[in-house]
Amino acid sequence: MDVINQNTGETWYYSDIVKDHFFRPRNLLLEKPKDENEFDAHGMVGSPACGDMMEMWMKIDKNTERISELKWKTFGCASAIAATSMYSVMLTENEGMMLDEALKVRPQDVMIRLGGLPNRKIHCSVLADKAFQKTANDYFRKTDQYDKIIVDGARVIDPLLNITDKDIEEAVLEGSQTLEEVQKKLKVGIGSPELETEIEQLIRFYIEKYYG
Amino acid sequence: MKRVYLDNAAATKMDPRVRETMKPYFVGEFGNAGGLYQEGRRAKKTLDDARESIARNLGARAEEIIFTSGGTESDNLAIFGVADAVRLEFCLGTSFHIITTKFEHHAVLEPVKQLEKKGFNVTYLDVGSEGIINPNDVRTALRPETILVTIMYANNEIGTIQPIREISKIIKEYRTQKHVAISSSSGGEIAKWPYFHTDACQASGYLDTNVNNLGVDLMTINGSKIYGPKGIGLLYRRMGTKIKPMIYGGNQEMRLRAGTENISLIVGLAKAIKIVQEARITETKRLTSLRDYFIFELQKRIPKVVLNGHATKRLPNNINVSILDIEGESLLLYCDAKGISFSTGSACTSDSLDPSHVILALGKPYEFAHSSMRFTLGRDTTKEDIDYVLAKLPTIVERLRVISPIKIDINAKSISHPEAFAGKLKGKAKGRNYK
Repeated sequence: MDVINQNTGETWYYSDIVKDHFFRPRNLLLEKPKDENEFDAHGMVGSPACGDMMEMWMKIDKNTERISELKWKTFGCASAIAATSMYSVMLTENEGMMLDEALKVRPQDVMIRLGGLPNRKIHCSVLADKAFQKTANDYFRKTDQYDKIIVDGARVIDPLLNITDKDIEEAVLEGSQTLEEVQKKLKVGIGSPELETEIEQLIRFYIEKYYG
Repeated sequence: MKRVYLDNAAATKMDPRVRETMKPYFVGEFGNAGGLYQEGRRAKKTLDDARESIARNLGARAEEIIFTSGGTESDNLAIFGVADAVRLEFCLGTSFHIITTKFEHHAVLEPVKQLEKKGFNVTYLDVGSEGIINPNDVRTALRPETILVTIMYANNEIGTIQPIREISKIIKEYRTQKHVAISSSSGGEIAKWPYFHTDACQASGYLDTNVNNLGVDLMTINGSKIYGPKGIGLLYRRMGTKIKPMIYGGNQEMRLRAGTENISLIVGLAKAIKIVQEARITETKRLTSLRDYFIFELQKRIPKVVLNGHATKRLPNNINVSILDIEGESLLLYCDAKGISFSTGSACTSDSLDPSHVILALGKPYEFAHSSMRFTLGRDTTKEDIDYVLAKLPTIVERLRVISPIKIDINAKSISHPEAFAGKLKGKAKGRNYK
């Protein structure tokens, strides 16, 4: 018997659009590129939360500066496959986006197009976004636009326990919504109450970023 | 569409004979077994008969059977029950010790962890690359203050069978030595410990569960894994084994588990145990050959399929393989669309997002857990079913391998693409985090 989603009445664990992109992923790279120059840029990321991996390749039209191709491969679950498929469609449809425009696409924009994902699967869909940032950086590096590179570096928030903003981001992606919940996972700021305001700000920021 | 259900380690279909046995107790025979009038006396008689029947099947005495709400409660009762009893008997400051394994079911691991937080010391035994405990490791881990050894009879994910008899012998020897050593000085009370508990939920359909052959003091069994009802289980407690209840509020179940007895579930459990005991030998034979055929053909038809756990010292219905380079949830959902049900140790399907602690305990990198699939056969599984799966699986695996960016070495001992996690590698991705 099928499981029926109480909110949508759909009989699958994921939405029909997710299902469609999962079973018929768009823009998959079937064969790895034979030489380095086939694509203009390349990036690979892994999700520390669950261990999924994502690899991306991009071609940029030299005249229009638009994304002409965005190909990918993943060692990941249904959400990762469907979200990346949709992400690649969004960036390449209608003649393709400009790079800076593409970098503004948020994970929840992809979610909306997908008709939603179960909350605890959101972190899987973020992988496409992160792989693209890395791919874009690769392109900026190759085209000497060093000022545009965004390094996804971690900033230490709790020096006692060496906990960074990335750790808090991961906790939010794994479902924590409040200071208490994040502290239960990370113990961040316990014993350093002066850090609590900043931690709460970060939690609000990431909730807004991924669930807003 | 044809459906092939291969997740019998998660839930089994109720036997129609069990359902028939239960039917009268929903409406007609509704009495409370505590009542002195006719309805109550009839309920009491049914309850006593069910307990008696189960006891016979396990080689136990009727008063050694405690009915609970299932395997999880029985495990909790065994662990907290022993801990509470020993704490009441001795001064609270004493630091007691528990021995368990790294790949127990969470129904055992979590209660043990709670006790660890309260000051108990715990030894988590390694399970080796084949998923079988070395009894000598138990011997080495035993200490004078050890109160409980809890080791599962057969693992729920990889089906490996643990040497319960050898372990119980070691524990008995240890208790005897301790008794001799202590009785000369002070009382000898502490010599009763350690007790030996085993979770036999997965094993009870296929292995010998005679408590005297096994030599256990406590044993967990539940209904839903043996074609019985869900929501019912039992804890076998050998006479004299000191435990405290977790649920108070009545004198039922030898005062160890309060609450009105659910007669329909109890007779269902008794019937289910009786039926699996009768069918055990023939069913074991049938499924063993089906299992070995499945494993052989899988490895023949699909490259890079690694069997998790010992090849033969495993339950006759368990096939757990890592189909490398593909993620479990994706395969599960593609197969589900083709009518095949099974489960995976992939992090993506767990609420905690942790990959299977069982596969990691075998010492394999997390990618092996992420790619692990468990197929568990059951009474309805036929060779045609297996052939159907074998026909569908290779195409699906091939498709997902085309999607996958990774190519794991079949002998890999560590994660394949550390650069993908650069700067953010945590325990989980390294595959040595044990949870």
